Amino acid sequence: MDQSPAARENRRPLSPHLQVYRFALTMAMSIAHRITGAGLYAGTLLLAWWLVAAATDAASFATASWFMGTIVGRLILFGFTWALFHHMLGGLRHFVWDLGYGMDHPEREYLAQGTLIGGIVLTVLVWVVAYVVR
Amino acid sequence: MVEFALPKNSRPTAGKSWPKPEGAKNLREFRVYRWNPDDGQNPRIDNYFVNMDDCGPMVLDAILWIKNNIDPTLTFRRSCREGICGSCAMNIDGTNTLACTKDLTSISGAVSIYPLPHMKVVKDLVPDLTGFYAQHASIEPWLKTDTPQPEKEWGQSPEDRTKLDGLYECILCACCSTSCPSYWWNGDRYLGPAALLQAYRWLSDSRDESTGERLDFLEDPFRLYRCHTIMNCAKACPKGLNPAKAIAQIKNMMVARQV
Repeated sequence: MDQSPAARENRRPLSPHLQVYRFALTMAMSIAHRITGAGLYAGTLLLAWWLVAAATDAASFATASWFMGTIVGRLILFGFTWALFHHMLGGLRHFVWDLGYGMDHPEREYLAQGTLIGGIVLTVLVWVVAYVVR
Repeated sequence: MVEFALPKNSRPTAGKSWPKPEGAKNLREFRVYRWNPDDGQNPRIDNYFVNMDDCGPMVLDAILWIKNNIDPTLTFRRSCREGICGSCAMNIDGTNTLACTKDLTSISGAVSIYPLPHMKVVKDLVPDLTGFYAQHASIEPWLKTDTPQPEKEWGQSPEDRTKLDGLYECILCACCSTSCPSYWWNGDRYLGPAALLQAYRWLSDSRDESTGERLDFLEDPFRLYRCHTIMNCAKACPKGLNPAKAIAQIKNMMVARQV
């Protein structure tokens, strides 16, 4: 085996990172913020489809409405609602942090917990109201 | 570049299970990352058992016990054993910290020890910190002035001096930077929490006269703005400092000079 300094340096492995790092709520919320952000693209496409169908004709709108009304459609809409609220509250949390507030312990944990719980509560609330009003 | 998996040559394999010390009643298991630059093998995880009746309270005491009593080839950096030199920074129980100030009773079960994450490994628990130090040098961590040198020292009021509290205590152990996913994926271009906290230390110094040039250097999509407020740095810092907050303050200075 080549034991020259250059060869030894080239052989150096990369130390484990994601594989070993202990997950914390703040870290998980950062990842969730990105995933929900990406999910909103898909949700917005769905919304665009519904609007285009409404602008096209009654048959198209009926198809779109039928899909949104199926169990799968409702599950997707429920997920979209949650992604929207979670991402919105996450955005507000980052806004607060960018102003330099709430970054110390334990405030940063409260903000992360608030985003998580708030997103779920608002989602459920909107759906309860929607079903009651319907 | 975001790469979740480790390269083939970096994936740890099951290592050696070292025999339990004879006659010991109070045993503690340690799983320690090993890599030898000379044998051409992948890294491996070795299992050791430490006689806790014969060992001090900190993680550093335990790995020194292993080195003295079981395996003298175990390699790691250490010096002051009191949290001021920053040498023994490593990933213990899933979080970056200093082995010398990490109390073993704060960990449940077997103790896992890895080198600082996402770094090139020189040997065992010793990472290559060359790039990390170069980044610190790049923020020019010294007093820069244009006005003529005063006859005595540069004066600073006690109020201005307090602005350095929470910044000057940094010991450059690299726990924060190597805890940061942004630094993992873009460590070649993003300066990382440690260098940025140091940058803010000089931006906050009332005696320094190069605030504008310092901000110009940091005004970059990668050097500063790869910080996405993930907060791992603030949670990892063994000195209780808050690099994430320092970075937010730099971002605020950027905005403040625009308006």
